[in-house]
Amino acid sequence: MKKIVVVIALISLTIVIAFGILSQREYEQTPLMKLKEKYYKKHKPSVDHSKFAVLQQHFTAPQQVTAACIGCHNLRDKEVMKSSHWNWEREEFIPGRGIVYIGKKNVLNNFCIGTQGNEESCAKCHIGFGMDSKGKVFTDSTNIDCLVCHDNTETYVKAQEKGGAPVTTLDFNKIAQGVGKPKRTNCGVCHFYGGGGNNVKHGDLEISMFEPGKEIDVHMGTDGMNMQCVDCHTTEKHIISGKLYSMASTGTNRNTCEQCHTNAPHEDDMLNKHTLKVACESCHIPVYAKVNATKMSWDWSTAGKLKNGEPYIDEDSFGNHAYMSIKGSFKWKKKVKPDYIWFNGTASHYLEGDKIADTSQPLVLNQLHGSYSDGESKIIPVKIHESKQPYDPTNRILIQPKLFAENKGEGAFWKDFNWQTAAEVGMKDANLPFSGKISFIKTKMYWPVNHMVSSKEQTVKCKECHTRNDSRLEGLTDFYMPGRDFSKPAETAGVWLIILSFLGVLTHGGFRIFNSFKNKKEVENEQENI
Amino acid sequence: MSKKIYKVYRSFERFWHWMQALLIFFLAFSGFEIHGGYTFFGFKNAVKYHTIAAYMFLILIIFAIFWHFATGEWKQYIPSLQNIKAQLNYYIFGIFKNAPHPTKKTVLSKLNPLQKLTYFGLKIMVIPVIVTSGLFYMFYRYPTRHGIEAMNIHSLEFIAIVHTIAAFFLVSFIIVHLYLITTGETVTSNLKAMLTGDEELEDYSHDKSPVDFPEDLTATIEEIS
Repeated sequence: MKKIVVVIALISLTIVIAFGILSQREYEQTPLMKLKEKYYKKHKPSVDHSKFAVLQQHFTAPQQVTAACIGCHNLRDKEVMKSSHWNWEREEFIPGRGIVYIGKKNVLNNFCIGTQGNEESCAKCHIGFGMDSKGKVFTDSTNIDCLVCHDNTETYVKAQEKGGAPVTTLDFNKIAQGVGKPKRTNCGVCHFYGGGGNNVKHGDLEISMFEPGKEIDVHMGTDGMNMQCVDCHTTEKHIISGKLYSMASTGTNRNTCEQCHTNAPHEDDMLNKHTLKVACESCHIPVYAKVNATKMSWDWSTAGKLKNGEPYIDEDSFGNHAYMSIKGSFKWKKKVKPDYIWFNGTASHYLEGDKIADTSQPLVLNQLHGSYSDGESKIIPVKIHESKQPYDPTNRILIQPKLFAENKGEGAFWKDFNWQTAAEVGMKDANLPFSGKISFIKTKMYWPVNHMVSSKEQTVKCKECHTRNDSRLEGLTDFYMPGRDFSKPAETAGVWLIILSFLGVLTHGGFRIFNSFKNKKEVENEQENI
Repeated sequence: MSKKIYKVYRSFERFWHWMQALLIFFLAFSGFEIHGGYTFFGFKNAVKYHTIAAYMFLILIIFAIFWHFATGEWKQYIPSLQNIKAQLNYYIFGIFKNAPHPTKKTVLSKLNPLQKLTYFGLKIMVIPVIVTSGLFYMFYRYPTRHGIEAMNIHSLEFIAIVHTIAAFFLVSFIIVHLYLITTGETVTSNLKAMLTGDEELEDYSHDKSPVDFPEDLTATIEEIS
């Protein structure tokens, strides 16, 4: 009876297994495959701009092109004029300050410090023409520079220091007829050069991203998905999703990986558990500045040295500027391991005129908020940029120097190399007090690293964080992490417990062996005696 | 006194014992790799294998608990203070002079008083603590992930430290246990008994009642064996 049951059980089990193996498995698409399918279909424009009569006219000024654009795309200009790209400021809520309007207009950074008084030069990266320090540009819609974003011919170039105007040699007809959805080149032409040169600011956005390989960025790789910036930075009414916390303060309109990949994208549940506290970027961007070096520090205090009365430039081993008379000394780094911080999507900023509470500590210009105990926070990778920049020790405020001017004698540091006059003119332009004293203070900025995503084979390995020595998360000590942390008393007690157990066992065993010999001898002796 | 071979450890008990030994060894080895200090499997694999072994250990424990209650064997582990002093005396002095074991090993009382106390401590303290803290370790994110705010566990620290301390105790137990195996009738007699189940004991079949076990239980055990 028993045997029959066993045999039947075995036979049924074999049948079930055979069915499982042999039956045609239904092909199931993984979420990642669906995403790839979605983004593989490239955008096809629905109209051919070269056929429009209005674009055949002879353009002599960029404003005429804009007028032609608005002629058909009416109301679009109103959208653009609400965007931070146009206004250089955003309505933001900062805890402790309330609602403020912040942006390039009034936030100071530790690169070229600020735009005020330097508009004509900075406007090379404004989506408008004719910017001056008066701000009139912001109200006239024909000053919108449609082409800098929508030129698909890759021939449109803005002029240096001309308030945002393009160079004069352009073929406006060709460009206007070749407009379309922004490509990597359109965004990159400004965002890759932030801070006055390639990869100065971000570290993860630079010229190698114009045509990157998959090994530089797995999404944008031209040998892979070849995605464009706007595929992720989706846009509604010219308001582009995603923002950077060198400027932004609130957690609204953020772009995250999860928006496409969900918060459980791994097959391994142990990895999915991480997404609660660890941002995708922390593991998937093991290094930034993969191809070209990025600026890690900027010392303004050494600026102004001249050789034979002329400004000069020194280069480092990468071929990057190590010293510039107009800007000071720099340190650059390539293939940088990011720093890691907790971040909940909110930040506070040093705004022009803010009093510095403690001048003995490095001043953080954009404090990113977050901690382990805060449920919204995740660990994100950042680039930390350090600087030494001028401040007024009497008024305890950062100095916004006048840097750029057309001619010598207007007080601009880049022409006259005089901190005193540069500070005086700059602070007057910014409507800020200046005591006449200049000192230099260390400052820090946090730049979240979000691009240059590596393939899954290249991600950060478990052991790079879960280790006692040189953990990538060494600096984040407000939580317990397996492999890195332990309780010192428990560890000491535990190790001693084991040592004592061993010693006890060895001693006891040793005695037993010793005694067994002794007993044997005694027995032998007794036998001899007998 | 005459000797007789008894079935001291029945097949499930031996399977349970050796499986448990294997799992504890493996869990300790992979667990301390996760804890830090050495690399063998690699962190990711160590975590994976540790988790799988933990589930196997849990299943084994469930079967073992059932077996202990079904057979009544659990009563073997009830500690008593009787003869503890004699047993201690034996380990500290007697053992070196080839003195006889102070307690008589029988099928119904196969643990000496110190064993009873130690295993009882393992069963109600160390194992429950390591299992519970282990379960918390695995699932402490569950409430937060699924929005059960009232049950959120904010820190792993306490869980992890308790788990580690329990692990140290288990490792220490294993060291001493492995040594004490050699203190049977001969150096290998205990090991042989746990491998084959059979051990030569003093024939007590004519004794009145070696231990105070209720009659029905004795009957049950004999029936099963």
